[in-house]
Amino acid sequence: MPELYYKSAADLSRLLASGEISARELIQSVIDRTQNVEEKVHAFLRFDPEAALAKAAQCDERRSAGKSLGPLDGIPVALKDLICESGQGLTCGSRILEKYVSPYDATCVAKLKENGTILWGRMNMDEFAMGSSTENSGYQNTANPWDVSRIPGGSSGGSAAAVAAGETIAALGSDTGGSIRQPASLCGVVGLKPSYGLVSRYGLAAFASSLDQIGPITRTVEDSALLLQAIAGYDTLDSTSYQADIPDYTASLNSAPKPWKLGLPKEYFEEGLDPQIRQLVEKVIDFYKSEGCQIIEVSLPHTNLALPVYYVLAPAEASSNLARYDGVRYSHRSKQANDHVGLYFKSRGEGFGPEVKRRIILGTYVLSSGYYDAYYLRAQKVRTLIRNDFLEAFKQVDALITPVSPTAAFKIGERSGDPLSMYLSDIYTLSVNLAGLPGISVPCGFNSDKMPVGVQLIGQPYREAELLSIAHLYDSVHRFGMEHPVL
Amino acid sequence: MPGKTEIDIDYVADLARIELTEEEKEQFSAQLVEILNHFKSLREVDVSGIEPTAHPFPLYNVWGEDVVEPGFTTEEALANAPAQRENQIVVPKIVEDA
Repeated sequence: MPELYYKSAADLSRLLASGEISARELIQSVIDRTQNVEEKVHAFLRFDPEAALAKAAQCDERRSAGKSLGPLDGIPVALKDLICESGQGLTCGSRILEKYVSPYDATCVAKLKENGTILWGRMNMDEFAMGSSTENSGYQNTANPWDVSRIPGGSSGGSAAAVAAGETIAALGSDTGGSIRQPASLCGVVGLKPSYGLVSRYGLAAFASSLDQIGPITRTVEDSALLLQAIAGYDTLDSTSYQADIPDYTASLNSAPKPWKLGLPKEYFEEGLDPQIRQLVEKVIDFYKSEGCQIIEVSLPHTNLALPVYYVLAPAEASSNLARYDGVRYSHRSKQANDHVGLYFKSRGEGFGPEVKRRIILGTYVLSSGYYDAYYLRAQKVRTLIRNDFLEAFKQVDALITPVSPTAAFKIGERSGDPLSMYLSDIYTLSVNLAGLPGISVPCGFNSDKMPVGVQLIGQPYREAELLSIAHLYDSVHRFGMEHPVL
Repeated sequence: MPGKTEIDIDYVADLARIELTEEEKEQFSAQLVEILNHFKSLREVDVSGIEPTAHPFPLYNVWGEDVVEPGFTTEEALANAPAQRENQIVVPKIVEDA
């Protein structure tokens, strides 16, 4: 059967359930595809065809014994290389963890295993998830499958590129300021950042703990709901885990569309937005209008402060979180050190790449004596204002529609020398993390260069079911994530 | 001590326990000053009476039962150590000779 590797997880799930295909045929199709295109895409840091085939054989045995583990049993899923998978390497895209092997499974990984998914590869990323182009990986650049001279976005660039290229059916990424949604948008696939705490962070290497969230990257919104169903839920191993009952996300997708009220934050459509992206997002707005939704302009007055707030808080948290990579218990240890303090300095100096060093320095600076009140505490207060803006808007509307990224994928190397211009790639996504909201990037067409563009839908805290059904209303008709690049 | 408009990069790198090359110091200093200048708008916001947000939703201490649960074996716990001997991690000498 041709092109199994380009079907949606939901379609494949039905084919597996009906016995039309086997899990072995499916993973073989994905393996063959990967071996054909990976030399152009460079999405994977590691993959293991033999192990994946063995897991698929187990899936087929289970199924023929009538013991299928559910809709994801046999579906290949790839993991961003900062999510612990027992016995597998975990580099976080950094040389400092080149030899690290995870001693346990992240909670989301344990759940994916319980659901029978075939975890089959470890995906490239910006080092410690710091970046918007995957060019900060300590190992390799990943190409955008739609134009291999362009970046795939970041930091979950390997995950998004692999889904777009047919090298996996779905992937998990992590999103601290846009790292799932922005690469999904730039690669033409669906990326969901759940509300803060909905998915356990146990086993996720920390970047900025008050912002980090794990989420799925898929071809359709329906697949996003399937994956979220598997990984969401309270976890005693994560003290920031959110305690709530998890609804049936897939069942609620197809409930009758309501006349939702959708807000357009006017600050997200001002200068700096590529006119072609504006046009494509306006088409999405027209679609919702034609479906009977009410479109209301709203204001999020503190939007222009999100970038400074984020780049104070995230580096501050990172400077603290990354203190653990000191060359003592694990991580790279310098051979040049003569004493224990020198060991810290040299191991970290050798092991971290430039962007990570830059952010640790920035974070250390804003936390240092004399600057804490002026930067860190002040940023935390402005964070409250940003969150209040959203809560105020949600008194009027059910969800917000915005662009994901101000531009489509740029050329490799175009912004890598200028950190500030790179940081501006995330201006429409950062606020969602600061406010702890769910946000989803859904492909909404192509620009004149035939590069994909995404639209962002932002939902109310912990109302993923509603957000997914709003997104599905558009995606189930348009299915831009099912269009494929020529590789 | 940190300067007023410039970053004292040696002081901050020392706090962060990172050895930087001369090129890195020069590059980062210039870039961080540019980034911080871009953040001036933060200082102009009226935040009087505003509570800081540390997490998007209120968090309280989460207590676990004090019961013994399976954990790592010594071997597993030391598996990623850069140097080990007799079930312990080896580090450079910390205490000076008398």
